Amino acid sequence: MRQMELYLHIPFCVKKCPYCDFLSLPATEDTQKEYVEALIREISFYGPKCRDYLVTTIYIGGGTPSWLLEDHIARIMGAVHRSFTVASDAEISIECNPGTVTAHKLSVYREAGISRISIGCQSADNTELKLLGRIHTYDQFLKTYTLAREHGFDNINVDLMSGLPGQTAESFGRTLQSVLRLKPEHFSVYSLIIEKGTPFYDYYKFDAVKQRAGMPTAALPTEDEVYRIGKVTERMLAEAGYERYEVSNYAKRGFACRHNIGYWERENYLGLGLGAASLMENIRYSNIPDLYRYLRESHNIREGLWENENEDLPATNLHADANRITRRGQIEEFMFLGLRMIQGISRENFARAFGVQIEAIYQGILDELKEEGLLKSHAGRIFLTERGQDLSNYALAKFLL
Amino acid sequence: MSVDKSKIRNFCIIAHIDHGKSTLADRIIESTGTLTAREMQAQVLDNMELERERGITIKSQAVRIIYQAGNGEEYIFNLIDTPGHVDFNYEVSRSLAACDGAILVVDAAQGVEAQTLANVYLALDHDLDVMPVINKIDLPSAQPDEVIREIEDVIGIEAEDAPRISAKTGLNIDQVLEQIVEKIPAPSGDENAPLKALIFDALYDSYKGVIVFCRIREGSVRVGDPILMMATGAKSEVTEVGYFGAGQFIPCEELSAGMVGYLCASIKNVADTRVGDTVTNAAHPCAEPLPGYKKVNPMVYCGMYPADSARYPDLRDALEKLQINDASLHYEPETSMALGFGFRCGFLGLLHLEIIQERLEREFNLDLVTTAPGVIYKVHKTNGDVIELTNPSNLPDPAEIEYMEEPVVSAEIMVTSDYVGAIMTLCQERRGVYISMEYLEETRALIRYELPLNEIIYDFFDALKSRSRGYASFDYDLKGYERSELVKLDILINREQVDALSFIVFKDSAYERGRKMCEKLKGEIPRHLFEIPIQAAVGGKVIARETVKAMRKDVLAKCYGGDITRKRKLLEKQKEGKKRMRQIGNVEIPQEAFMSVLKLDED
Repeated sequence: MRQMELYLHIPFCVKKCPYCDFLSLPATEDTQKEYVEALIREISFYGPKCRDYLVTTIYIGGGTPSWLLEDHIARIMGAVHRSFTVASDAEISIECNPGTVTAHKLSVYREAGISRISIGCQSADNTELKLLGRIHTYDQFLKTYTLAREHGFDNINVDLMSGLPGQTAESFGRTLQSVLRLKPEHFSVYSLIIEKGTPFYDYYKFDAVKQRAGMPTAALPTEDEVYRIGKVTERMLAEAGYERYEVSNYAKRGFACRHNIGYWERENYLGLGLGAASLMENIRYSNIPDLYRYLRESHNIREGLWENENEDLPATNLHADANRITRRGQIEEFMFLGLRMIQGISRENFARAFGVQIEAIYQGILDELKEEGLLKSHAGRIFLTERGQDLSNYALAKFLL
Repeated sequence: MSVDKSKIRNFCIIAHIDHGKSTLADRIIESTGTLTAREMQAQVLDNMELERERGITIKSQAVRIIYQAGNGEEYIFNLIDTPGHVDFNYEVSRSLAACDGAILVVDAAQGVEAQTLANVYLALDHDLDVMPVINKIDLPSAQPDEVIREIEDVIGIEAEDAPRISAKTGLNIDQVLEQIVEKIPAPSGDENAPLKALIFDALYDSYKGVIVFCRIREGSVRVGDPILMMATGAKSEVTEVGYFGAGQFIPCEELSAGMVGYLCASIKNVADTRVGDTVTNAAHPCAEPLPGYKKVNPMVYCGMYPADSARYPDLRDALEKLQINDASLHYEPETSMALGFGFRCGFLGLLHLEIIQERLEREFNLDLVTTAPGVIYKVHKTNGDVIELTNPSNLPDPAEIEYMEEPVVSAEIMVTSDYVGAIMTLCQERRGVYISMEYLEETRALIRYELPLNEIIYDFFDALKSRSRGYASFDYDLKGYERSELVKLDILINREQVDALSFIVFKDSAYERGRKMCEKLKGEIPRHLFEIPIQAAVGGKVIARETVKAMRKDVLAKCYGGDITRKRKLLEKQKEGKKRMRQIGNVEIPQEAFMSVLKLDED
């Protein structure tokens, strides 16, 4: 039986954070209910079409899935189990934000088979949380975390954000130290990115340019400071027994997030819900990003053809885009996604996937990156060095053909 | 067929840039019915795409127009359009020499400008009758009475009955046409004397060979005549003669004294037909050529290299083609350690350079790397040799140099009195030597300076404009060579000297220029995996230094819900940035950096 992952998008937040440019927005209870109905219709539509697949991981992401009434989550999971074949040991995660989680919600999650909780903590410093426009304090995070533990969740991820305005390696070290005391199984540590179209872009766009150019900055940490923050993160988490398994992810042994690894290893995944992205048998899809159109179309989901220049692809009226990844695109993705993993890519897997040795395509690039000290190969694997991880954009861009 | 000379008018239109010369030419052509309105594309005479875009005339053009005058007689007008920029002064002078009169167009809002004066003097030098016309009277800011007084006071020619027109709308064009008949003299010259014709332009046609644009001064020429170019000595036989229709050549039997037209004689090489040369009959030559011929020499040189070195042959072919119609373009192959194979090219001035560069990129689809333009220096060596230096890399060892000379121009700057101080400061900064200043009227001064050419070829125009809020105008003539303290400034990137970035500079400016150059390059060179020192050096001694810091850390975005398109775009952008780079040692330098020396005074 073939395998696949399932991603379910919940695009609602109590309040939009000023740095966020993901698909999320505040919504009334009625809209949330209407959305859940639409999502369930989508789940029910796709389930029978994926009869040949075993679902190995499920990820309920957002937005803030934990903001939804617990009943909604129970119904969504019920629909998933009715429509898809879900592996008995499936990793099932849900994203929770402090300030939206209750004891009752957590017990409903348990009953629905959810095995992993990802909590958006971002910082242990209340000033930073305020600056980020988060609706919670660090204390509220602690309560959510403790509550999750009390409900028997033994696989918890904590999201942290580095590179915040005014942040230093020392101050970020303090955040890490605070959260480490809780001994979560997993850490995701991402940098704040100043994205176009957000209020943060208006405040920090010039600073972000300076940061990327290695110049002195006004509020954002300088590139040197970002470097130091990265090193502090690596050192402290390593000392505490976390293994860095991907550029931004750290886990206790056995707790790496299988769902995320699937993205880097180009597993099949079906994304359902507003604007969700899928990769199914080398076709990448994305769903309609407009909420009201999505809701409207979901009343009559039907198959059709997505017309591309070269070929028409099977799609539905919920899709906003469909693209078959060419062989060249697959090779590029194999490299620039796979090399995000600390263990890198397997030479053998490459040869099996593309029918040629990796050197036939990338000999020059591999030599060049090795020469520059950014890449190594060992025991049949090719992976970025520590410096390669630091400069991953530079290194990975080389694999575009 | 004999043409009544008294019914011919050979004239040109002269004006300061943007005063409406080409628009007036269009109206004249249009209103005499040479072209129907449908055939009329705006500015017929400026037919090169670039000319139209920049609003200037690069090549001379000519057109013959039949005009039915108010007195009932039919007249032949030969309108010769002249280049409108100081770079092309010699071409202008040859076009003027082909005329008997000139229409002076003055903008009713702007009044007399430096080029207006320079053009009038040039026209008077050629004994042309100058007939003023006040243009753009439809502008709200137009002050025609004021401008007429200015023409009379400043230039000293009568302008009381000058037509007040709007070339744009066509207002009062009829008055202009009538005055052409009245005020511009008919040509003179003996059609039975030996042939004496002035070449004022030439262009290459792949079927006819070189087409020579000429004004017949004396004698006549017809198909089959053997001809001789008196300066170059080239001989051939005439295969076709004719005159200029609008946008086409119309063959005729004979051209005789007083007429303007063209001749073809299976001439393969434009270099044989120099603008200003005299054509005569090889069997019955005239005694003396027409005066005023000179070989034009480039004033500004730069290196031009194909961005993609595989396109070197394409660049060579393109230059060859351009030179066919532009004898003032010089080029010879050269090699640069940094840029590979390319050409050292010579131009009449910076505008000429820019035009050629744009034509190469646009018409020949070439991606070019251009080095900083420089002038020709004379290097007097201790052994008595004199080198004309066009490429800074070829400067001999300082021990072998006795002294150096640089070209100096006499410049005339016309400016309203408010900005006299600012402009004098500018000239002073550019090592100018003050010559004189006179007030042409209460609010307007004509300032004369001598300036080293290398101080004005880069950005003098821009500086002049910005410091006078656009109120200054400028004209110059090469005065000659003067001894000067000059040094070669070298740039080292990651300790490697980059030959294409070397330039010659006045000794006392070397430190300042070097510092700015390093700063500029620091901003142009992207960060690498290692630290890159950028140094400016004179004679091996480092005088300025900047450092491009090494890259240390990328910021990492969350890759959300498996949406990898954003990640891909980011990487693609990173990769795209690499394309327009030149590899020098192990440093990648963007091609723009080689021109950056030009923009040192930007900030």
